[in-house]
Amino acid sequence: MQEVKASMAGTVLNVMVAEGDSITSGQELVMLESMKMEIPIEGVEEGTVAEVKVSIGDFVNEGDVLVKIK
Amino acid sequence: MKKILIANRGEIVERIIRTCSRLGIETIAVYSSADKELPYVKHATKAYEIGDPPAAKSYLNQDVILKIAQDEKVDAIHPGYGFLSENASFVRKVEDLGIAFIGPSADVVESMGDKITARKTMIEAGVPVVPGSAEIEDVTAAISYANEIGYPVMLKAAAGGGGIGMQRCENDQQLEKAFASSQNRAKAYFGNGAMFVEKFIDQARHIEVQIVGDKQGNIVHLYERNCSIQRRNQKVLEETPSPLISSETRAKIGEAAKAAAEHVNYTNAGTVEFVMDQNENFYFLEMNTRLQVEHPITEETIGVDLVEWQLLVAEGRSLPLKQEDILPTGHSIEFRLYAEDPSTFMPSPGKIETLHFKDMENVRIDSGYESGSSVSPFYDPMIAKIIVKGETRDEAIKTGQAFFEGFSLTGIKHNGPLFAQLLREEKFMQGDYSTAYLAENLTVKK
Repeated sequence: MQEVKASMAGTVLNVMVAEGDSITSGQELVMLESMKMEIPIEGVEEGTVAEVKVSIGDFVNEGDVLVKIK
Repeated sequence: MKKILIANRGEIVERIIRTCSRLGIETIAVYSSADKELPYVKHATKAYEIGDPPAAKSYLNQDVILKIAQDEKVDAIHPGYGFLSENASFVRKVEDLGIAFIGPSADVVESMGDKITARKTMIEAGVPVVPGSAEIEDVTAAISYANEIGYPVMLKAAAGGGGIGMQRCENDQQLEKAFASSQNRAKAYFGNGAMFVEKFIDQARHIEVQIVGDKQGNIVHLYERNCSIQRRNQKVLEETPSPLISSETRAKIGEAAKAAAEHVNYTNAGTVEFVMDQNENFYFLEMNTRLQVEHPITEETIGVDLVEWQLLVAEGRSLPLKQEDILPTGHSIEFRLYAEDPSTFMPSPGKIETLHFKDMENVRIDSGYESGSSVSPFYDPMIAKIIVKGETRDEAIKTGQAFFEGFSLTGIKHNGPLFAQLLREEKFMQGDYSTAYLAENLTVKK
């Protein structure tokens, strides 16, 4: 199980994957916005999305889990 | 006008309070729980906490803000920039309550807020616009249009702003890839997925013109600002007058901005933004229906207080100066001090340990923070604006150099070192730079 975490505190601007989607390594999963900057969050390995922990508009802190990949 | 509410945060609230205090006007400030320690909260006549840190729960919470405005029986609301400043439905609600909105009418805010409508309006006004499309339905139409005008193109969201919602595309493949993702993002972020395509202007400069109109129908322009030093399509440094443009072009762009404002019966302060190519051809980009972050450089060279003008106009009084009496002198540069890494431009929120601005002649500081304040991740990372002035551009640059050489801010990363270096770069000193300058030329050595 891979946990994809927020690299910095910010607001979830977009969620590009849903549970059950297969993803490739380096694919953009979530777009965060922090201090007027868009920060794409990518998966490291390929796999299947087990759980999406956030929705658009949520505020996340650095290190919060955004997506779980199996 | 006796009392106004300022629906914003940080330096711009301080800036507005300064003028109000001088004019004997009471100020009501609002703040989120993240901002309760910021200096502006203490400097307002009275301040109200309005909610949690995310903007949607505080600075964008129209009902709470309007309730305070009614309870306090304010005469007017100043929206500052960002947040609710260009939200037509908010403007309408303020007008309906019989409170003056310190800005243009809701109709003007609405028509300029949609970039596709704004382009159409400017074509009607006879103002040159960047060659571009109307609303594009789908990716096939976008590609066929891009081939017609030729790559590179900019794919833009009609509702975009603040540097978000635009992407440069070099070919069909890039445009195809960008279209769906940009449209989804525009829907998610702005609630409007309308897209259009514009020709990309190479080696362009961002030149904008300050305008102000009164309710008697008088409109003046207050000359141009060059805002081409940008990162991520967001401004970092602005100067006036713009280096390296002819006096003919300078007069022409001022008149074009005035024509644009006249066509929409503009009232209050606003800015017409243009993109200018290497041959000094200029094209309308968008109109900002509010006070700009960089308004101080215009104040410094023209010798006026734009917030005071905004208040006068909102009260129904006529503009204090005629076009022929607006005569800029000297040169002014604004540096936006950001909480960010000076080479990667990644934001750096956190607590400011020490922040001291040297007291120097010809340096104006518009700051929102002090030693001990925290820069939170919820809002724009701007800490302060440093505005320098000189009789000539060289003199203003020298003052800037002296300021940034000794400047220190500890606790978080900031882009002060970027300015120290930029002010010694030959091309910048010659005034020879486009919007690509920071991306192409400058990396701060660590």
